[in-house]
Amino acid sequence: MKEYKTISRVAGPLVFVKKTEPVSYADMVKVLLPNGEEKNAQVLDTSDDLVVVQVFEGTSGIDLNTRVKFLNQPMRLHVSEEILGRILSGSGKPIDGGPEMVADKIMDIAGAAINPYSRSNPEDFIQTGISTIDAMNTLVRGQKLPIFSASGLPHNEIALQISRQAKVIGKETNFAIVFAAMGITNEEAQRFIQDFEQTGALERSAVFLNLASDPAVERLLTPQLALTAAEYLAFEKDMHVLVILTDMTNYCESLREIGSAREEIPGRRGYPGYMYTTLANIYERAGMIKGKKGSITQLPILTMIGDDITHPIPDLTGYITEGQIVLSRELHQRNIYPPIDVLPSLSRLMNLGIGSDKTREDHKQVSDQLYAFYAEGRDLRGLVAIVGEESLSERDRRLLKFAAEFESKFVKQGKNEDRGISGTLDTGWKLLSEIPESELSRVSPEMRRKYYGKR
Amino acid sequence: MKTGKIYRIAGPVAVAELDARMFDIALVGDEKLLGEVIQINGNRCTIQIYEDTTGLKPGIPVVNTEEPLNIELGPGLLTSIYDGIQRPLPRLKEQMGDFVRRGATATGIERRKEWEFKATAKKGDDITGGSVIGEVMEGQMLHKIMAPPNTKGKITEISSGSFTVDEVVCKLDSGDKIKLMHKWPVRKPRPTSKKLIPNIPLITGQRIFDALFPLAKGGVAAIPGGFGTGKTVAQQTLAKWSDAEVIVYVGCGERGNEMTEVLTEFPKLTDPRSGKPLLNRTILIANTSNMPVAAREASIYCGMTMAEYYRDMGYNVAVMADSTSRWAEAMREISSRLEELPGEEGYPAYLSTRLADFYERAGRYKNLNNTEGSISVIGAVSPAGGDFSEPVTQGTLRVVKCFWALDSKLAQRRHFPAINWLTSYSLYLSSLEQWFSENVAEDWRSAVDKIMSILQEEEKLLEIVQLVGSDALPEREQVTLQIAKLAREMFLQQNAFHAVDTYSEPKKTYSFMKTILKYGDLAYNALGRGSKVSEIISIKSKEKLSDVKFEKDYEKLLNSIVKEMESEFSRLKVQK
Repeated sequence: MKEYKTISRVAGPLVFVKKTEPVSYADMVKVLLPNGEEKNAQVLDTSDDLVVVQVFEGTSGIDLNTRVKFLNQPMRLHVSEEILGRILSGSGKPIDGGPEMVADKIMDIAGAAINPYSRSNPEDFIQTGISTIDAMNTLVRGQKLPIFSASGLPHNEIALQISRQAKVIGKETNFAIVFAAMGITNEEAQRFIQDFEQTGALERSAVFLNLASDPAVERLLTPQLALTAAEYLAFEKDMHVLVILTDMTNYCESLREIGSAREEIPGRRGYPGYMYTTLANIYERAGMIKGKKGSITQLPILTMIGDDITHPIPDLTGYITEGQIVLSRELHQRNIYPPIDVLPSLSRLMNLGIGSDKTREDHKQVSDQLYAFYAEGRDLRGLVAIVGEESLSERDRRLLKFAAEFESKFVKQGKNEDRGISGTLDTGWKLLSEIPESELSRVSPEMRRKYYGKR
Repeated sequence: MKTGKIYRIAGPVAVAELDARMFDIALVGDEKLLGEVIQINGNRCTIQIYEDTTGLKPGIPVVNTEEPLNIELGPGLLTSIYDGIQRPLPRLKEQMGDFVRRGATATGIERRKEWEFKATAKKGDDITGGSVIGEVMEGQMLHKIMAPPNTKGKITEISSGSFTVDEVVCKLDSGDKIKLMHKWPVRKPRPTSKKLIPNIPLITGQRIFDALFPLAKGGVAAIPGGFGTGKTVAQQTLAKWSDAEVIVYVGCGERGNEMTEVLTEFPKLTDPRSGKPLLNRTILIANTSNMPVAAREASIYCGMTMAEYYRDMGYNVAVMADSTSRWAEAMREISSRLEELPGEEGYPAYLSTRLADFYERAGRYKNLNNTEGSISVIGAVSPAGGDFSEPVTQGTLRVVKCFWALDSKLAQRRHFPAINWLTSYSLYLSSLEQWFSENVAEDWRSAVDKIMSILQEEEKLLEIVQLVGSDALPEREQVTLQIAKLAREMFLQQNAFHAVDTYSEPKKTYSFMKTILKYGDLAYNALGRGSKVSEIISIKSKEKLSDVKFEKDYEKLLNSIVKEMESEFSRLKVQK
C-alpha cells in the first residue's frame, strides 16, 4: 500500500489528493498527520488526476505534508455475538475499556438491498404496552416506525419504555437491542446506558456512541455500522433485533455539511438531492427474510426542526418508513405522557398485525372509531373557541368530552405502565360506550352487540 | 465493439474515455456492470451505472455495446417480478441470495420454457411491423405473436408447434426472422397507427372514482398526496380491481415491505370478472428505494414499454407508477452529478418535458395491426411537505386530465379513500357520460351531478356553521347537511380491506347514489309538509345504508331500505 504526500487542497471535511495510482470508489483511507495522529477517511470521488476523500474525525491539523494511505478495501465491521454488551464509538471502536473483539465475520458496512422477492411479510404484533401505539398505530416485527419529536419532548423516555416493554405475546424471544447515538449529548447517552444496565438489557445490547462532542462526519458511519451489526445478529444468529437510531436529524445535518463542502447543487433547504436515497439505504435495512428466524425492527428518532413536519428530514423519512409516531408539544405542556398525537401518527403495517388471530377481532373497528371521534372532537375545540360551548349541539358536546377523556384516560399512562392489548381495547370501549350506540358508524352491529357498554 | 477505460467515478455516475453515442449501453469493468451513456464531452462520456459502484476504480475497461437500453418482449412477462432493468428478482435470488448484489445477469424472459405456438398467418402472407402471425397461451391469456415493428416481407416459412422464445417460428423473404420474443428500446415509444379519443371508462370499482372523477381507458390520472394519505393503498386497490386486461405495477423507489405485500396478496386474490388469480394479469417492477438510483430512472420506461407491447395485441393495459416523484428525484440526482444547471428546487430544467413525454405514451390507440388497445396511466406523486405547488406535482398537472387529490385531513380522521372531492377533478366526465348512460343507467350523470352539488353546498354551509353553529342554520340547510353526511360516510368512504366493500360495481355505485338522493327527496318533501328537522334527521332506516357496503346481495337490501324509508317518512307527523 503506497502512501502519498500529494494533498492539494483541504476544505471542510474534505481532502483532495493529486496523482495517485487508481483508487477504488468508497474505499477506506488512512490520513497520517506529521505529529503521528491517524485519521480515518473514505473515497468520495476518484479519477486519474484527483481523489476526494472525506475525513471522519475532522480535518484539523491536516497540512500539505500529511500523508494519505489508501487501504484498498471498503469500510468493514468485525462482527460476532461478543458485540452484545459492548459499547463502541461511532466509528466502531470499543470505548468501554474492554478487549478488542474476535471477529466471527467481517462485513461490508454499506449493506445491500434485500431482494423484495426474499422478504417475508411482517405480521407479528409487538405489544409495547403503550395504548396509543398498540391500539392505534400498531408496531409489527420487521417494521421501521420512527418517532417524530421536537426538542424538549420526551422521545427518549418513550424509546426506552418501548425497548423495556416490547414483546411478542406467546412467543419465545431471542431478542437484542442495537442502539446507535448520533450527536446526542453525553447526558442523554448516559440515561440510555443506565436504563439498559438497570433492566439488564445491556447484556443483550450493542451500543454505538457518537456524541455531540464527537466529530460530525463520523456520524455518517454510525447507522451503517449499527445496522451491519443488526443484520448479523438477525440473519446469521436468528435474533429479533430492535434498532434505535437517535437522532436522525444530526445525521442529516452532517450529510448537508459534506454536500456543501463538495459544492454540490443543493435540494430543499440546502440538503443534498440524494438525501432520500441515503436515508432509504438506512431505513430499508429493516425487515424479515423468508426462511430466516430473525428480524430487524427499527425505531429511528428524529427531532423536527421548528416543530415542522414538512421540513425535509421528517418529510423524506415519512415517505420511506412504514408510518410515524408524532409527539405533540401541546399534549406535553398539558402534562400528558406519552404526548403522542394519534391524528398525524400512522402505522402502515397495522392491518397485517391485528385481528382475531393476532390481537382481537374488534381491534381495527375500535381504532377507526376512536380516530373518527377524536378527530371530530379536536375540530370542535376550535369551534368552541369562537362560538362558545353553549351553542354546540348535544352530540358535539359529547364529542368534546370524549376528546378530553380520550387524552386523559387512553393516551396518558405511566412511564412504567405496561398495558396489555386487551385492556387497552377495553378502555377504548369504555370511552366509546359514553356515545349513543347508533353513532358508532365505524363499528359493525355484531361487534357493537358484543362489546358496547360491556367493558 | 468499441472499448475504452474509466477515468472517474463519483456515486452512481462514471466518466469514461470511450467513443459512444448518447444512450448507448456500456458494460463497465470485469463484472460488466450495465451503464448508459448520458453525456458526451469531447472524447469523454458520462455513464450512469445501474448498479452499486463501490470498489470501482479508474482505469478499468468499458465496452460500448452500441445498443440502447433494450428489454425483452414476449410470452412469459405476465406474473413476473422484475427489478428496474428487467432482471427477474427470483433469478437474482438464485444467483446472489437474499440481498441484491451487483454483477448478476439474468435474461428478462425465461429461455428454457417451451410455448405452444399456433400460427395464424400462412406462407405467402404480406407481413409488416405489428402484424399478428400467430398466438400462444400465456397462462389464461391469449398472447399474440407480432412481427417486430421494423420488419417487412412475405412469409416464406411458418410453423406451429412447441418453441422456446429464442427459436425462429417464421421467416420472411426479406431475410427477417421472427421469434416469439423480440427486443425494444425502452426510451422509444412503440409505433402505432393512430391515437383515438378515450371514451370508455376504466371501471375501478371505487365509488368516488367511478362516479365523481372517472378515468377513461387510455386516460392519465395523478394521485398526489403527502405521506400517510393512502397513495399506495389507492394504487394497489386500483391494480386489483380496474377492468384492464393487463396491469403493469411499477414500484419506483418505494418500500420493500410494500412490494412484498403485493407479492403475497395478489396470488390469493381473484379477478371479479374473470374469476382467475389477479397475479395472472400482472407484471410487477420493483425498484425499492435502496436499489441503485439509475435503475430507478429506467424502471418507469421499462414498465411503459411492456404496457405498449400488450396494447399492440389489442388489450387494455393499466400502468400504476408508484411513485413518479421518486423517478423525478432520480433524475435530479443524476442531473446534479452531471453538474447541470438546475431548474426549480434542484430538479433539472427538462423535468416537465420528461414528465409530459412519459404521460403522452398513454392513450387509446389504433395499432399497426388494426386492433384497438389502450394504456391508462395512474401516477402517484409524493409532493415534498405535502405541498402541491412543488415542481413534480405542477409538471404532472399540466399533462394529466384526472386529478385525484389526497387529503391528509381526511386521512387523519380515517376517511378512506382520502380523496378530497372538492379539489379533485376529471376532464373525462363528459366524454364518458354516454357510456355510463348506455351501460349503467340513463340518468347516471344527473345523479352524479346532484351528489356533487350537495357536497359542494355542504362545504359552503360548513363555513357558516363554523361561525354560528349548526342550530342557527335554516331548516332546509340542516337537511342538506344531513344528506351530505350520508353521501360522505356511506357512499364516498370505502373500505379497501373489506372483502365485499373493496369492489363496488357501477350498478351498485349507481343504486347507492339513487338511494341517498331518494332520502334527500323524501326529506325535503317532508320538510315542505311541515315535519320537524329533528325527526327527519332521526330516520332510522338511513343508518342501515352503511350495511349495504358490506352486503353482497345489495339490491335486496337497498330495496328494503327504500321501502322502510318511505314508510317511516309517511308516518312523520305533519305539523301546522
